[in-house]
Amino acid sequence: MASTDPVVRILSHDGALAPTPPAEPYVDRVAALDEQALLGLLTDMVRTRAVDVEAANLQRQGHLALWAPSYGQEAAQIGSGRATRPQDAIFPAYREHGVALVRGVDPLDLVRMMRGLTHSGWDPAEHGGFRQYTLVIGSQTLHATGYAMGAQFDKATATGDPERDEAVLVYFGDGATAQGDTNEALVFASSYNTPQVFFLQNNHWAISVPVERQSRTPLYRRAAGFGMPGVQVDGNDVLAVLAVTGALLDDARAGRGPALIEALTYRVGAHTTADDPTRYRTAEELATWTERDPILRLRRHLEGRGVGRELFEGVDAEAADLAADLRRRVLTLQDPPVSLMFAHVYQEAHPLVAAEQAWQAEYEASYGEQA
Amino acid sequence: MTTTSMPLAKALNAGLRRAMEDDPKVLLMGEDIGRLGGVFRITDGLLATFGEDRVLDTPLAESGIVGTAIGLALRGYRPVCEIQFDGFIWPGFDQITSQLAKLTNRLEGRQSFPVVIRVPYGGHIGSIEHHSESPETYFAHTPGLRVVTPSTPNDGYWMIQQAISSPDPVIFFEPKSRYWPKGEVDLDQPAVPLHASRVVRTGTDATLIGYGPMVSVLLAAAENAAAEGRSLEVVDLRSLSPVDWEPVVASVEKTGRAVVAHEAPGFLGMGAEIAAGITERAFYSLEAPVLRVTGYDVPYPPAKLEKLYLPDADRVLDAVDRALAY
Repeated sequence: MASTDPVVRILSHDGALAPTPPAEPYVDRVAALDEQALLGLLTDMVRTRAVDVEAANLQRQGHLALWAPSYGQEAAQIGSGRATRPQDAIFPAYREHGVALVRGVDPLDLVRMMRGLTHSGWDPAEHGGFRQYTLVIGSQTLHATGYAMGAQFDKATATGDPERDEAVLVYFGDGATAQGDTNEALVFASSYNTPQVFFLQNNHWAISVPVERQSRTPLYRRAAGFGMPGVQVDGNDVLAVLAVTGALLDDARAGRGPALIEALTYRVGAHTTADDPTRYRTAEELATWTERDPILRLRRHLEGRGVGRELFEGVDAEAADLAADLRRRVLTLQDPPVSLMFAHVYQEAHPLVAAEQAWQAEYEASYGEQA
Repeated sequence: MTTTSMPLAKALNAGLRRAMEDDPKVLLMGEDIGRLGGVFRITDGLLATFGEDRVLDTPLAESGIVGTAIGLALRGYRPVCEIQFDGFIWPGFDQITSQLAKLTNRLEGRQSFPVVIRVPYGGHIGSIEHHSESPETYFAHTPGLRVVTPSTPNDGYWMIQQAISSPDPVIFFEPKSRYWPKGEVDLDQPAVPLHASRVVRTGTDATLIGYGPMVSVLLAAAENAAAEGRSLEVVDLRSLSPVDWEPVVASVEKTGRAVVAHEAPGFLGMGAEIAAGITERAFYSLEAPVLRVTGYDVPYPPAKLEKLYLPDADRVLDAVDRALAY
């Protein structure tokens, strides 16, 4: 599909500045980025990968229940996450670890959830509006759309002040495009002209099912059927993702309505640590995509601009420290108290839950007495 | 006390209007609820008063309605969703049970989801498939939801306002067979809290327990029994989650016998829970097993058979006879 469809790409695979024709409207948004800014994006991506690799290792060593690797999708996540403004709300699926990090979520909080200590882990209000992970595929798209409808009712968007006007960014994958909820969210977004960008990371695999089984048409083209712009971007080109997402978020906050971005990327790792991708995809395919590695591409670009090795080594060392610190802190985590199970089922006391909690406490205590 | 006579449909409309006047964050969402006023006209006139930002004629997608209501709740709104008919709630079931019911728990109390889902339910309207179902058990079984159902205009007027002001999600079942009979509504104050069950007729020989559309059937059964010299007490549960056990247990301790009735199929229905709860709480008061009178465990039948499917006063009294025979 990539050969016939107009992909927005700014950095070629070898890191050269070579915008494709469809990239023309977006290039200006990143043309002024200096080496410091580019190194910042590289740092975000390298940190994301370090956390991801460490968390996957922790799972393999029995410290986490599960981990959903983001390996290979760093440009799609960092480019889009860095395109948001502070007032924007972000609705992730469950693999957006890079976006979480740039919005200030402590990687330990991601891991606390995946260790089975909590169903969430962080307070969205304190972390740049980065909402909880949602595990039921596609569910969060509707929550994002409702939230964006509310931004309109609140007159918190389309006032003409981009520093204040809100937009909503929602993440989902190629697998989620088959879900009813995703399609209903696109319908509602279109009906209410919500200030919202649908960010589809097409990582080519819904666990073991290839994207070809999900769609006979390139996914960005579906936007036309919902009456909104659809843009296909090279999801391993952080500059292209940053530029396109920023442009469409600003369109949305200016009242020009929702849009769909299809970021072409690849899930280099497993779907989750419970998965074995060697059962359904070839080593050749994997090799093709590891050669298109998003971190490598930006690094090559920076090397081409004369950035020296010691700067990259500094970035790598800092990320390694972050991962080591994550490991240290994971090993000190305590299990939650049993009261957590009962504490937040309802906001107002529910007599059945209260009675069962009291019974459970008494039951536990009776064991204590016998011992 | 200011009372006025009106049917449940009008009482719900008046209750919604008052809740919307009291709190600008209350908004209504659903299919055909705006210009048409809803297929049962429960929201009639509200679009004209409150405008399109507060009375939303949504696309025809139940999961979309519930899912976007969740997003609106995240911004501090109190959405009231209308599901057009009981049998059309299932496309929204995942958003209700996997998301709405669990989000407060998932967020460890950091956020409330004060969403009300109004569901016209039950039979007696002679309609075609999917328009007469009683799905309350699925929701009462789901932790995180509150489930209530009014049986009178006065309860409808107050319970809808109480449900809207609850910080938790409430599934609000409206007995559509009771939409049009009139009753007195006290516009000054509610009679009881949202989750109270209530004795609606006193008696001494047996306790009849029901809710929603069944309450009027139980009252008719008690009236018929009285003519034969039997004194039956009737309890309206009103709230299916949580259940307010105290009036139920007090009644059974007095009468020693209980019959539970609902339109929904019996297997694992509310009647099973009520029977088990009474047995656990009032075992030594019971003179007979708690008996159930319910819809049969079959799909809701074609309308020409619904009179034979739905529990009526005669079937209730048949169960009373069996209970008294122990």
